[in-house]
Amino acid sequence: MENGELIPHLFRMEYRKIVSVLAKYFGSPHIDLAEDIASETFLTATQTWGINGIPVNPAGWLYAVARNKAINQLKRNAFFEQSIAPEIKSTQSLFTSMVESDIDLSPGNINDSQLQMIFCICHPSLPREAQVGLALRILCGFGIDEIATAFLTNRETINKRLQRAKQKLRELEIAIALPQEPEMEERLDQVLTTIYLLFNEGYYSVSGQQPIRRELCFEAMRLCYLLIENQQTNKPRVNALLSLMCFHASRLDARTAENGELILYDDQDQSLWNSDLVSKGAYFLNQAASGSDLSAYHLQAGIAYWHTQKKDTAEKWENILQFYNLLLQLEYSPIAAMNRTYALSKVHGKEFAIKEAEKLRLEENHFYYILLGELYTGINNSSARVYFEKARELANTSAEKQIIGVKLDKLDQARPYNNSG
Amino acid sequence: MEEYLLLMRLDLLTKEAQPSPEQLQEYMKQYHDWVGGIAAQNKFNGGTGLSTEGKVIKTNNVITDGPFAEIKESIAGFISIKAKDFDEAVALASACPILQGAGNSVEVRKVVSVHNKN
Repeated sequence: MENGELIPHLFRMEYRKIVSVLAKYFGSPHIDLAEDIASETFLTATQTWGINGIPVNPAGWLYAVARNKAINQLKRNAFFEQSIAPEIKSTQSLFTSMVESDIDLSPGNINDSQLQMIFCICHPSLPREAQVGLALRILCGFGIDEIATAFLTNRETINKRLQRAKQKLRELEIAIALPQEPEMEERLDQVLTTIYLLFNEGYYSVSGQQPIRRELCFEAMRLCYLLIENQQTNKPRVNALLSLMCFHASRLDARTAENGELILYDDQDQSLWNSDLVSKGAYFLNQAASGSDLSAYHLQAGIAYWHTQKKDTAEKWENILQFYNLLLQLEYSPIAAMNRTYALSKVHGKEFAIKEAEKLRLEENHFYYILLGELYTGINNSSARVYFEKARELANTSAEKQIIGVKLDKLDQARPYNNSG
Repeated sequence: MEEYLLLMRLDLLTKEAQPSPEQLQEYMKQYHDWVGGIAAQNKFNGGTGLSTEGKVIKTNNVITDGPFAEIKESIAGFISIKAKDFDEAVALASACPILQGAGNSVEVRKVVSVHNKN
């Protein structure tokens, strides 16, 4: 890696570690202070490395500087005198050595601090979008501009959102700690929802810049893996979620054309599917199968597994249909209802599926018209055309309109064959 | 929307009427296709199939084995659904695959809510 790439990469990697460890040390009311120290550390690094070159152990260098800055900060800071350790103020040297040994930037403590930070950030008192924003900033080390790009908004909005969220953490004095059972179960569900949102933000948002979307996916997987590495949080549904994300992510390279346009599943070059991620997905799905827990993530991972098998077999679609049947009984969502109906067409034929699709009544949803268009394709192409056109009219983004355009073009190509019987 | 309970009854007693494991697997698929279809319309509240084991408790604390009524058909499962009226509830229930078997039945009962004076 060239220096130009190495430094931003290193900063992102190390920023989140330093912030988590320092924030854990200072307590959640002082996340801002931890962020400031981390930012100053990188400023010092940029200046020094620009003159002296990059040190042999850049991460170690950053930790040492961050630690010194934290100690100096604490010496100056009134909050330390009042709230952390008034009794040792008199002994400066003892204080310095104590803080030095407490600010523990070892890999073990970095992981623990990040894990505890996940639970703090995903606290149910924060709105979901604030959780995702904080996760990107503090747990993933994204810059404010990058977060704004990912959310298709501006710096000010993101800054305000993060400040409000941190204010809330201060007011409620949310601990940077792992919750205990039985609270753990519910809090873990919150964490998983936020991680999955983070992943979906990267995977499904059809706009936004490609490199950032990719990183969102891998960051979500990394956070999920942090949960798996810890015994207290290594539960079957956590493995199921990671499995699900591995299966989806295996198609990241195949689903985007060079010009950034989305390539639909059927048109993807299968040689670009990442077989390493597919086998990792299978591994975590296997891990998820311990115990009797059958979560929505298990069912979605099962569906995602079958999508890694490109060949259309009766077995594939029968399994996908059954997983969707169970998923909908656990929790309804329009997208699951529509995907189930598509699977139904593969198992019981399009005529049957059309009848079921008409019962869904999702008339405001453009995906509903895409589904109807798909189902009518080959049955009644002029109806299919009407539905696809309706979908294009309702679609929100130009990328979606483009995908629907591809379907309409295919309909044109198919027409001569249908007409000749 | 109102809530309706669908009680599925079939013959759990007659040996010859019991499905083979392969048949049972096929029946379960059909059952989940049916419930999945209700759930896809966001009209499924909850409920499930029941095991064939059970006890019946009568007055004077007389306990007998079996989930069995005086008639041949026993309750094999129940689900709760949302429907706008009885007609819709009956229409959803009538697609239940157990009705393909002679003698089986689905009973549709409207749930009376404490908040609902109807």
